[in-house]
Amino acid sequence: MATTEHRTTRAAAGGESKLVEMAWDPITRIVGSLGIYTKIDFENRVVAECHSTSSIFRGYSIFMKGKDPRDAHFITSRICGICGDNHATCAVYAQNMAFGVKPPPLAEWIINLGEAAEYMFDHNIFQENLVGVDFCEQMVRETNPGVWEKAQKTPAPHAGIHGYRTIADIMTALNPFTGAIYREALATSRYTREMFILMEGRHVHPSTLYPGGVGTVPTVQLFSDYMVRLMKYIDFMKKMVPLHDDLFNFFYEALPGYEEVGRRRILLGCWGSFQDPDHCDYQYRHMTDWGRRMFVTPGVVVDGELVTTDLVEINLGMRILLGHSYYADWENEERFVTHDPLGNPVDKRHPWNQTTIPKPQKRDFEHNYSWVMSPRWYDKRTGDHLALDTGGGAIARLWATALAGLVDIGYVKATGHSVLINLPRTASFPETTLEWQVPRWSNAIERDRARTYFQAYAAAAALYFLEKAMAEVRAGRTTVWEPFKVPEEAIGCGFHEAVRGVLSHHVVIRDGKIANYHPYPPTPWNANPRDVYGTPGPYEDAVQGTPIFEENGPDTFKGIDIMRAVRSFDPCLPCGVHMYVGNGRTVEVRHSPTYGAGSPAEA
Amino acid sequence: MPEPVVHVIWMNAGLSCDGDSVGLTAATQPSVEDLALGYLPGVPPVQFHWPLVDYQNGDELMQWWWKAARGELDPFVLVMEGSIPNERIHPEGYWAAMGNDPETGQPMTTTAWIDRLAPKAWAVLAAGTCAAYGGIHAMAGNPTGAMGIADYLGWNWRSKAGIPIVCVPGCPIQPDNLSETLLYLLYQAAGAAPMIPLDAQLRPQWLFGRTVHEGCDRAGYYEQADFAATYGSPQCLVKLGCWGPVVNCNVPKRGWMGGIGGCPNVGGICIGCTMPGFPDKFMPFMDEPPGGKMSSAALGVYGRLIRSLRAVTNETLNKEPSWRHTGPELTTGYTAAW
Repeated sequence: MATTEHRTTRAAAGGESKLVEMAWDPITRIVGSLGIYTKIDFENRVVAECHSTSSIFRGYSIFMKGKDPRDAHFITSRICGICGDNHATCAVYAQNMAFGVKPPPLAEWIINLGEAAEYMFDHNIFQENLVGVDFCEQMVRETNPGVWEKAQKTPAPHAGIHGYRTIADIMTALNPFTGAIYREALATSRYTREMFILMEGRHVHPSTLYPGGVGTVPTVQLFSDYMVRLMKYIDFMKKMVPLHDDLFNFFYEALPGYEEVGRRRILLGCWGSFQDPDHCDYQYRHMTDWGRRMFVTPGVVVDGELVTTDLVEINLGMRILLGHSYYADWENEERFVTHDPLGNPVDKRHPWNQTTIPKPQKRDFEHNYSWVMSPRWYDKRTGDHLALDTGGGAIARLWATALAGLVDIGYVKATGHSVLINLPRTASFPETTLEWQVPRWSNAIERDRARTYFQAYAAAAALYFLEKAMAEVRAGRTTVWEPFKVPEEAIGCGFHEAVRGVLSHHVVIRDGKIANYHPYPPTPWNANPRDVYGTPGPYEDAVQGTPIFEENGPDTFKGIDIMRAVRSFDPCLPCGVHMYVGNGRTVEVRHSPTYGAGSPAEA
Repeated sequence: MPEPVVHVIWMNAGLSCDGDSVGLTAATQPSVEDLALGYLPGVPPVQFHWPLVDYQNGDELMQWWWKAARGELDPFVLVMEGSIPNERIHPEGYWAAMGNDPETGQPMTTTAWIDRLAPKAWAVLAAGTCAAYGGIHAMAGNPTGAMGIADYLGWNWRSKAGIPIVCVPGCPIQPDNLSETLLYLLYQAAGAAPMIPLDAQLRPQWLFGRTVHEGCDRAGYYEQADFAATYGSPQCLVKLGCWGPVVNCNVPKRGWMGGIGGCPNVGGICIGCTMPGFPDKFMPFMDEPPGGKMSSAALGVYGRLIRSLRAVTNETLNKEPSWRHTGPELTTGYTAAW
């Protein structure tokens, strides 16, 4: 299905091809409101252009001004209905810094156990019940009947482990509501949420998280109830990892060139996850050190190279750009933070200094077209404003952690080129080691694969946290909250890995109240529009140039390859802030653009 | 003769976080599979048009919205998720939209959809506090002028079937509260149940008729004036910011899922997230509610006295009666016949 005719079309040469406008709006099986608007070159079977838009604005950073800083985690949790607890956690981290409080160690283990359960729940429900449908029998038969034929004849290499004889059997098991995997995953999404609520009270907006610690009562029963469910999940993951390897590897085999779907330059960000209470004191001046002690290593990976693992450097490199969003600039607004606590200058475009000024207006793809701003990371080596992505979170976490080689807790070990996940004996399987290897591409399939591996990672890490927590309880160290005072003047920042990737909260406190608060979840990094320099956001970039393998023509086109590319990022637009395939009625003749990640001419 | 299908048009395009959609997938009493696959007796077949998990995408999904707007779907329940923004306060553009208006090519605002769909709906269900009353996004200082669906349509609004707006508040909804309300409406649509009993705030009476405190297992501590001074202790949290005594919600009684989790029952202060006054009337959340100060002070003497008397009785009850022993004599009061 790949391009058979290679025409190097240059505008100057007057090469022309027909582009069909197609859009999908709203995109379903994600969280929130996203529209993807494309121009497709059916002749050359490639997506020529893509715009990503979101059509909902709420204004957290506006209505949080003047409120009590202790309310921040309760409020910001409501940013997102699937990963709100990540916001609550990140907000608590930022408050701990601003208030100068270090929670008791047991509180940190409890939060880590809660967040690990969130990864286990969220990646599972998204992978099988939302993304999985893109790979299910019904979808594959409707988009690639040839692939379905092949799947029926292809034995699954790990059938002995997961019990599905052919690739087609796996696809059938993913059919919505009727498929066995689909339904098992729904059930799994429930007991993993039960694990979560044991630690954080309720899902998705926690009730027991506070600055200074937690309200969870630490008893023997609490940890037993969690452990029983965790072992069931580990048993499940030993089956799911090889099953997904079989499914994803088959796509490379059945559709040669499929690695190009959703592929973009390797530009990954990870802000680190799971604090180590032996090292983390929440002081900014020690952040470089305790950041590197996190059980998922923070890092920026550019073209396969780990540029930094330093949270201070990561923090200072953040820039929020506009260009095609519905906001007025804040160039003439107040500068809240000129220097960080270490004396480093803080940029005017940094979240600490941002002022959000919404300007509702008509959507115009030539000018402004989205409620998402364009976060970038300033690479001081090159002066580039990099459009980092998170690849849905898991791939960036594994990549940064693997290369950094810092994590070694027995159940999880980073090797410098891979991550080893060691799982103990369970009901159906013996001891098992899984190894996630750094992939060759940052593309749709590898983002999806990483998601499954990270589920196992989170479960393995939870075993370690459970041991640490139970040791505290057995030693009688059951305090889980440390009192604090809210200062009149302070700043704070929280760095955390939400399920979908990088998450930061930046707070400025004046007169004991919130003077400025800007959360930056992963989806703004992924779903954003072109910036002031014309650099497309990661979805746009990853979809532009995506080859079309779907067997349908424009009239019945479902855009499955585009959907797989977009959903591989695990979009969550409440966190960020819209793709549709119309009937392809609008046909226009235009100069075809350079394929790949070009900068759009109209920007 | 096939039963008529009840369609569910799920508008998650309010000012929402999708937490109520996600929350519903956690329900087990009943579960979404129970409803979608028709596993419950007497419940008509249901077809969800639900962005979170829908097989269909983009225009395929939106065709159901257009069918509903043209009156071709009968009956359908309109589920609203998220606050309703005020689109009259800006000259152009939109705060919230879903799909596109074919006439202008611009996003179709959520309010334009409500205007089209509400008059045709068999019932309107507000899922979550945002859709019900405005919620977090309607906080003081917000730029969007957000409100709840009852504020938008009118508190006395009735559907064409004569049903008031049904509100299932919660931030997010307690999963089974929402699925059970849907189940009730499906029974009512099938003619098997009377008009859904709602209170003045349009909430199902059997779910929201009692307060958090009335169902909280820490209320015993309260009665004994035994108040937690630090988070993480098992006592009553009223001095640490819990609003439970004055909030209509069943979470401590019902648990969050499968009877576990919750709020004050597991150490999380009640912040009043099911209430029309949420969040502003409860902030700062971690301060003691003013009414709590008075009632806990009034309780002080009585509570401490009762606690000490109970401790005495408890000590007695922690001892077995004297006739349980290994001695050679039977001392139970039975006269031996051997």
